Amino acid sequence: MNTKVIETTVGLFVVFGFAAFFMLAMNVSNLITYESSEGYQVHARFDNIGGLKVRSPVAVGGVRIGKVAAIAYDNEAYEAVVTLEIEPKYNKFPTDTSAGILTAGLLGEQYVGLEPGAEEEYLKSGDEITVTQSAIVLEEIIGQFLYSKADEK
Amino acid sequence: MIKNIQLLGQKLIATVARLGQASVFLYHILLTMPGVLIRPKLIIKQLYSTGVQTLIIILVAGTFVGMVLALQAYYVLVDFGAEDSISQMVVLSLMRELGPVITGLLFAGRAGSALTAEIGLMKSTEQLSGMEMMAIDPMQRVMAPRILAGFLAMPLLTAIFMAVGVLGGYLVAVHGVGIYEGVYWSLAQTKVDFYTDLMNGMIKSVVFGLVIVWIAVFEGHDSVPTSEGLGQATTRTVVHGSLAVLGLDFLLTALMFGDI
Repeated sequence: MNTKVIETTVGLFVVFGFAAFFMLAMNVSNLITYESSEGYQVHARFDNIGGLKVRSPVAVGGVRIGKVAAIAYDNEAYEAVVTLEIEPKYNKFPTDTSAGILTAGLLGEQYVGLEPGAEEEYLKSGDEITVTQSAIVLEEIIGQFLYSKADEK
Repeated sequence: MIKNIQLLGQKLIATVARLGQASVFLYHILLTMPGVLIRPKLIIKQLYSTGVQTLIIILVAGTFVGMVLALQAYYVLVDFGAEDSISQMVVLSLMRELGPVITGLLFAGRAGSALTAEIGLMKSTEQLSGMEMMAIDPMQRVMAPRILAGFLAMPLLTAIFMAVGVLGGYLVAVHGVGIYEGVYWSLAQTKVDFYTDLMNGMIKSVVFGLVIVWIAVFEGHDSVPTSEGLGQATTRTVVHGSLAVLGLDFLLTALMFGDI
């Protein structure tokens, strides 16, 4: 086989390899969401965050508008502090917007759902969402249900 | 009894000595690397025989591994009504483990054995000593381009394996069992991390590639120059190369994903 054919096929191989890597990075991993992640951050305090994790989605009306950037525990107030990173184009949330930790489906992943309020001022970077609703823990509900059943008898 | 213990000690000392020889061998090759980089033609030729010629088996294996993963994931997940998660299962297992490991095993079998046989034959026909007589360093002319080519080819082959596997999984998930196309891609995008999943898989593949060509070239150079010795050296390359891939994979996985 002559040198030209070898060099051409090797060139194709390298191009093909890089194309595969590029396709994996762009289409199959979260690299794109990384780039568009320079949003503004707001904090929300919850009694219980359930199974919420960093990078869980933040959604309004089912539309994904950001992600959870950090989760910390406030040792003084005994609350979990969740930092939400919201894309800059969604910047018109009233200050009395409420946040809740919801579950996609019965056993699906947990996400933060926002419910816009009615104030005229908008949330800015560093603001805190005051109206929050904690995650629903399935065990607690079942426990309550069982106790209420037992009380009836 | 004493004799058996002595035998064990003998084996161990021989193994350690061989490991030392292999390290010195690699060190010598690395020293000649600057000279190789000036002559990229040699590397391109080796990229052809280690990379391009391994491509077909990688493409076929990748497609089928992806398809089988999707099918098996579907059978299990459908019981929980979670069959949408197929893509997560397929992509994560391909990127973290199966991509680098299966590519490494195939690479050891296809490219590693060929390297050992080639260099072993060069040794037994005294081409290597011939080069030395002509004041050409066989380390630089023969070994170094092969090491470098394997080092470059493995990550490319792994990326291709992963991509083809993901597409194979897509074929089964979307056209076979009827997952929505958008669900397949979007779930992969939200659940797969570029750094912890894709890049760690690529790091693994680079390490595997280096270890496999190292073993292959060393075994060829160290082989007994008879037809029997050549056969044994080739077998050792495949066996040791595969074992090294599997063992290192555990170590690297523990290091990379251990504390998450």
